[in-house]
Amino acid sequence: MINALHKELLLQWRTRAQAIAVFVFGATSLLLFSFAIGPSAALRQYAGGFLWLGLLLSSTLTLSESFHAEMENRALEGLLLLPVSARVLYYGKALANTIQLVLLGIALVPVMVVLYDAGTTRIPTIVLIILLGSAGISAPGTLYSAMTSQARAKQTLLPLLLFPLIVPVLLASVKATSLAILGDPMGQGRSWIALLTAFNGIYWSLCGLLFDRVVED
Amino acid sequence: MLPNERFPKLPHALIVLGVLCLSVGSYLGLFVAPPEHYMGDVQRIMYVHVPTAWNALLAMTFAFAAAIVSLFKADWKWDARMEAGIEVGVLLAFLLCCQGAIWAKPTWGVWWDWDPRLTTTAVLLVAFAGILALRHFVDDPVRRAAWSAVATIIAYVDVPIVYYSVRWWNSLHQLQSSPATVSSQFYLPLRLNAFGVLFLMSGFIMLRARIASRRIATELAPPPQDLLGELA
Repeated sequence: MINALHKELLLQWRTRAQAIAVFVFGATSLLLFSFAIGPSAALRQYAGGFLWLGLLLSSTLTLSESFHAEMENRALEGLLLLPVSARVLYYGKALANTIQLVLLGIALVPVMVVLYDAGTTRIPTIVLIILLGSAGISAPGTLYSAMTSQARAKQTLLPLLLFPLIVPVLLASVKATSLAILGDPMGQGRSWIALLTAFNGIYWSLCGLLFDRVVED
Repeated sequence: MLPNERFPKLPHALIVLGVLCLSVGSYLGLFVAPPEHYMGDVQRIMYVHVPTAWNALLAMTFAFAAAIVSLFKADWKWDARMEAGIEVGVLLAFLLCCQGAIWAKPTWGVWWDWDPRLTTTAVLLVAFAGILALRHFVDDPVRRAAWSAVATIIAYVDVPIVYYSVRWWNSLHQLQSSPATVSSQFYLPLRLNAFGVLFLMSGFIMLRARIASRRIATELAPPPQDLLGELA
């Protein structure tokens, strides 16, 4: 499992130019969202929502690329022949995708603060939400990416399958982030973080269980 | 190989029975049952709306069960049944959203509201429509069966989570009524229509599963002999 994670991270490090391009894409979408609303105080109110939409759109780029290396020269079949279960490959890849999304999310926060005047002192909470939200996107995202990278029309299929599924993650992350930025007098942030944790618990175990069925032939 | 070939006319009989139930139920609902006190005639859409809702969920639950069976039992019958269940479920969920919008406009003053049940239905609709798209874009029948079963299980497990997250987020929908709180003049047409939609749905699923399993049979069939001869 550590080896699988190491392999993924090494791959990602060697293609870091792509990660930078994805960051620029995310920052561009944050810039565009502000044009949709216009310059007003409302921007600060919706900052959390825009941050997560930007991260979600960027995630489809990183996730759809995550099985790219395995598809070349049928490397996936070689990996499956290794004396480890396919589950290990899944968790390695899902963890690597989570790490990539977390870094992207943390990099997008300053952009959000500058563009939307959404400064906050609750940095640890924001980082925790980004961690849980990214994990929630990556768990089903990695599984679907394994399917769609071998199907036709993969660019359309991945978001089509993934977006409806992660509605709870999006809702909870946006709510929790907005509460962290705008203040949380009722202490509601906790229950949204609990919901994120529950979603992660369910999907990290369920997708790990089902991954064998996706890659075996 | 082909499901319910033992009773080839059963789906047709179910569809005729369903149309009969729906006709009688809708007649009672439209002309015999009194208008509801607060909502007036608008409430009559409930006689199709509620049965559609029940059966949409039932069709998707059937697809979920078929997905589990097809994942653990190598039987193409269940793959065909899953496809049928998803497709009929998507159709019913789409009708449900349309009926809901028609009812909501005069009652709530808006076409759409971010209520848990509405939002969950919309999410279910797009999630299952996505699985139909996935089935369309995968040519290998073995992979198609495994992947769409996995996607169906994942999407179905999401339903309660979506429901509760949206419920925490916002709520406006009517609370459910039960026969105990509703006069018999209201629930007789409702029950008839519920069975009508149920019969129609079962008939459609059976017919659709037949089409699906015939398609799988042609996909899995060995190439014709003359073609093999040419290649050799």
